[in-house]
Amino acid sequence: MKVLLGIGGSDDSLEALSRTVERAVEAGDALTIAILDNPESERSPAEVEAAVEAVLADADLEATVCRVTGDPGSELVALAEREEFDELVLGGGMRSPMGKIRLGHIAEFVLLNSRVTVTLVR
Amino acid sequence: MTDERSTAAGTPADPFPVPPLTFTDASGREVRIDVLSSSDDAGFESLVEMYDDFDPSMRAQGIPPVGERRVRTWLQSLLVLDSHNLLAWLGERVIGHATLVPDGEDHELAIFVHQDFQGSGVGTRLIRALLGYGATRGVGAVWLTVERWNHAAITLYEKVGFETTNAEALDVEMELDLSAVHTESTG
Repeated sequence: MKVLLGIGGSDDSLEALSRTVERAVEAGDALTIAILDNPESERSPAEVEAAVEAVLADADLEATVCRVTGDPGSELVALAEREEFDELVLGGGMRSPMGKIRLGHIAEFVLLNSRVTVTLVR
Repeated sequence: MTDERSTAAGTPADPFPVPPLTFTDASGREVRIDVLSSSDDAGFESLVEMYDDFDPSMRAQGIPPVGERRVRTWLQSLLVLDSHNLLAWLGERVIGHATLVPDGEDHELAIFVHQDFQGSGVGTRLIRALLGYGATRGVGAVWLTVERWNHAAITLYEKVGFETTNAEALDVEMELDLSAVHTESTG
């Protein structure tokens, strides 16, 4: 399956990274990882890219890694459609101190606007 | 007008009650509201029972979790965080729970009322008592999130003084500053 993972550096997106890489190894997915500018994230795109490279090296998986500039949600949706991905994967939201799940703005936009199937990793 | 801040927008004029307290609900049942102390094992078990029997369709934003083991883990994590917790009791049965969980300088609020007691006035009493209790414990800014479609809850939060601070997401974020409110003295 042709899978596009979007990550902006929040904790849930890094969790999605390791789980998606794990799955790609098992299932033989063709994985593309898009690094997004997420203003809600504390990590810079360079830090996120280093984390991505480390996880890929650990798993011994070849994947395409690219940086997406501009509005992260709409650029990700456009990329998924343009390059005919089968699935778009994102982090499944952060938990508040109370334990309530809160979706990030990118995930909300993608869920509502994507024509490609979306997976939120929990 | 003795305290200018008490009349500012979002700070209700009515003083919040301080628990313990009892009242008669809309169906004539006598309900008691009291603090859950961290050493009250029996209270904790009764609370686990309430959530274990909680209507799954009434869950909000992933809580309460489903299944007794997960409920237990979740509640223990709240208590470890030094949260302030109130329980509503009908006899020996817990029928409602309201909590203030520390979040840096602020507190996150949540309230759950068992499905058999919704619409009976328990929620209003419970949240007002929690805010009164929080004020006596030095709690300042309180925030919460609520699903956009949950009009009953949003109305309740507005009634006690919460104001919307962010409505751009799927959930609505609301806030209330407790440092500016008055409480009733219990006497």
